[in-house]
Amino acid sequence: MSQLENANPVIFQRSGDRLLTSNDEDEDVHDPIDDREIFDLIRAINDPEHPLSLEELNVVEQVRVQVNDEESIVGIEFTPTIPHCSMATLIGLSIKVKLLRSLPDRFKIDVHITPGTHASEEAVNKQLADKERVAAALENSSLLEVVNQCLTPTRGI
Amino acid sequence: MKAGLSPVQTLNAHPDSRCWFVGWSPSGTLLASCGGDKAIRIWGREGDSWICKSVLQDGHQRTVRRVAWSPCGNYLASASFDATTCIWKKKNDDFESLTVLEGHENEVKSVAWAPSGNLLATCSRDKSVWVWEVDEDDEYECVTVVNSHTQDVKNIVWHPTQELLASASYDNNVCIYKEEDDDWECRATLQGHTSTVWSLAFDATGQRLASCSDDRTVKIWKESPNESGQASTQRDLLWKCVCTLSGYHGRTVYDISWCRLTGALATACGDDAVRVFKEDETADPDQPVFSLAAQVTRAHSQDVNCVAWNPKEAGLLASCSDDGGISIWRFQEED
Repeated sequence: MSQLENANPVIFQRSGDRLLTSNDEDEDVHDPIDDREIFDLIRAINDPEHPLSLEELNVVEQVRVQVNDEESIVGIEFTPTIPHCSMATLIGLSIKVKLLRSLPDRFKIDVHITPGTHASEEAVNKQLADKERVAAALENSSLLEVVNQCLTPTRGI
Repeated sequence: MKAGLSPVQTLNAHPDSRCWFVGWSPSGTLLASCGGDKAIRIWGREGDSWICKSVLQDGHQRTVRRVAWSPCGNYLASASFDATTCIWKKKNDDFESLTVLEGHENEVKSVAWAPSGNLLATCSRDKSVWVWEVDEDDEYECVTVVNSHTQDVKNIVWHPTQELLASASYDNNVCIYKEEDDDWECRATLQGHTSTVWSLAFDATGQRLASCSDDRTVKIWKESPNESGQASTQRDLLWKCVCTLSGYHGRTVYDISWCRLTGALATACGDDAVRVFKEDETADPDQPVFSLAAQVTRAHSQDVNCVAWNPKEAGLLASCSDDGGISIWRFQEED
């Protein structure tokens, strides 16, 4: 990439590790998937243009993760760093792919742009919600390679 | 007896993959399925159960999105994300690849045969609808490319008896095409859905068309006589939305099937459910009323992609899902 779209992004601090409780370690206690667990799956995804994670760029936040384990629904809102970010679809796709690969098949995964934070919010949301286009995109080997790069851990979280 | 959908059989049709489509042969004796594993499978009844009769592989490099049986039942057309459409010819108990139709710029989303069997239509993410002519020597020639949609064209269906074609698109509209002086033209644009229209189904007479959408509704459209005497609009066909079914579907409605034998309307939904609606026969045909007659909320373990009524055996319904499975159901009406 010759020119960065957002050359000097604001960098946010990473969260600490999840604090384990005695219930987490007790095999007999039902342990539904919660927002922190989902957030841990997506916060270390790499930004396509910076050597930073989506958490460090504040693209994803734990408060923008909605989980209903009982209904098998996960909703994610992500916030592009700038309103004209051309990477918005790719970032959303990476979040979606990460969750599709990590969560049990029963989950319905909805990935949206945080309302009011992107110029083409509606178009990007529609594309991310269209599973046929997502399936076709993931059969495109060059695009899949870019997504996989975003999902390759660069350091421990 | 209460109305209901009871399972007849489930088939793990496309393991570790997505099953996108199921379609009955015109005689109702065979069921074709296709999916993300690039394969087409043909299922037939043996005794009381449905078994896989043949697997058509190596026809496509990518997902097979849809297949269509020719009206005679001797040919199968398959539409693929690899931008091609394959024509398969039945030979004894198997199918052999006859020809490959190329031309679309990217993913072919759907394929459909006209009732005469002489025309084939394809549609693609490249926003176009192509009409192909078939001659006696099994040669295919593209006769028209229509660009009436502004986005990805999801599905196309032919009228049950006439050479009238309808298409559904990501641009939220439905278009209806007719031939005019050797050229196919969009003669009506049906506006009303607020998101992607995924699928369409004509009723038995072809006077009404049902559409289903990402906006979680089903709409019924009816052809109405064009009262306007203006020359400029005389060639336009007029289709009005006469009914909207809302509040029934929890997520995107991916497919709809209108039974030509019973008039029952089945839907495939992203909330994993299969639903069947019946029309109130006493209602005004210009203001039809449909009510939910049966539903199975966990019909599959993931999104339901397709529903298809058997064309000969009333009440026999097939559905398929992202979980790779096919289910066959029997719809029992209330006595």
